[in-house]
Amino acid sequence: MSLSTDDIIFWEYGFFKLNATIVITWGLMLVMVVGARLITRRLSSDVHISRWQNMLEAIVSGILEQIKEIGVRNPEKYISYIGTLFLFIAFAALCTIIPGYEPPTGSLSTTAALAISVFVAVPLFGIEEKGFWGYLKSYLEPTFIMLPFNIISEITRTLALAIRLFGNMMSGAMILSILLVISPLVFPILMILLGLLVGMVQAYIFGILATVFIAAATQAARH
Amino acid sequence: MLIDWFTVIAQLLNFLILVWLLKRFLYQPVLKAMDEREKRITARLRDAETQKAEAEKEKGHYHQLNSNLQEQQESLLEHAKADADAERQRLLEAAREDHRLLRSRLHQTLESEKANLSQGIIRRFQKEVFEIARKVLADLADTSLEKQMATVFVRRLEELNDADREQLSAALRSSNHGVAIRSTFPLSPDQQQAIEAAVKKMLPPERTVLFETTIASASGEQADGIQLATDGYKMAWSVADYLSGLEKRVAGILEEELEGEPKMNDHGA
Repeated sequence: MSLSTDDIIFWEYGFFKLNATIVITWGLMLVMVVGARLITRRLSSDVHISRWQNMLEAIVSGILEQIKEIGVRNPEKYISYIGTLFLFIAFAALCTIIPGYEPPTGSLSTTAALAISVFVAVPLFGIEEKGFWGYLKSYLEPTFIMLPFNIISEITRTLALAIRLFGNMMSGAMILSILLVISPLVFPILMILLGLLVGMVQAYIFGILATVFIAAATQAARH
Repeated sequence: MLIDWFTVIAQLLNFLILVWLLKRFLYQPVLKAMDEREKRITARLRDAETQKAEAEKEKGHYHQLNSNLQEQQESLLEHAKADADAERQRLLEAAREDHRLLRSRLHQTLESEKANLSQGIIRRFQKEVFEIARKVLADLADTSLEKQMATVFVRRLEELNDADREQLSAALRSSNHGVAIRSTFPLSPDQQQAIEAAVKKMLPPERTVLFETTIASASGEQADGIQLATDGYKMAWSVADYLSGLEKRVAGILEEELEGEPKMNDHGA
């Protein structure tokens, strides 16, 4: 039994390799994009809409509402980034109900990649919103003494993001694997349900935290 | 090693591609559709609002029209009532006038009927009295009323007092015509001679005495009896004097009987 899907390698050429994490991610991406394309191909702007469109609209408007509640100005601008974070993690967790499936978020490489994207995206959004110096000035607040702590917090929170998601998703898959070995079939099903719940909660937490960081980076100057 | 850096980079790229794809195929179309729908609904609501406002305006307008119509109706009704009252008053007035006219006509008719009746009665009485007197005279005194009347007429002519005689003589003399002796019964030649003789005593010799027989009239112009008439003088010997008292009494009785009816009519009007 492998600890991570990174270890299942299908093809390798020097630095390049094609492991299960990447393949599963591609699969998830394909399903998500094709599904979205199929539904949005025939969107109606009338009062009567299809149930699939209704579902998508509920999801999108729900995400938009959450972003707005946290206090991000102009939430439509950030919805594709934050929404994709949430949807990818949630969809990866949801697919754990498929037997033999391993969530790519159970790999620290994936969670690290997501965390790094947040680590990079937050300053970019901040600079876009407030300008380069304006954003850098936010590291000196409330006083310049806070500069090292701000930098440390920036790094640690990125680490925390990556490790939190990885730990939760990996542990869920791990517990399931172990239970399947030692216990009858009914108990692992309950654990799958628990894993689903945990996956959803983690997706929500990841998305919300990313939103909070973005909100902090884009709004600090206005205080 | 838990982290495989190639996988990290690959996943980062994968994630960025997913962001772009989902932005392209999910968020933008869905948000656009939602915005469009929102705009459409807003437009529809605005339309509905406008239409509602217009409908309210129309409603107000029709309310106004309705109340105007009602007012007009009421005023028309008021007018009609007033007109009807006036017409009623006029008709009542006309009816009263008619009633008054009819009553006065009735009164006149009654009056004339009364007069006719009393004259008829008087004539009847006169006739009866004459009949009785004639019969009494014939049965008890063996003489006729006419004969007796002629006799008394002659005696009266002869026994006229001086003033009356003078007056009669003057009238006879000044008259261009003759003297007319009118009687309601035919005078016998004897009686005519006796009267003529009595008159001629006061009459110039060339004047003639004319005898006429007339019918007794109820108007009292000529009562049963004998009358001497010439220009400006008239001397009569008849039952008229006796009858005038009777006439008054009869008229009194008729008056009493007829008084009731008009009073009842008064009450009815």
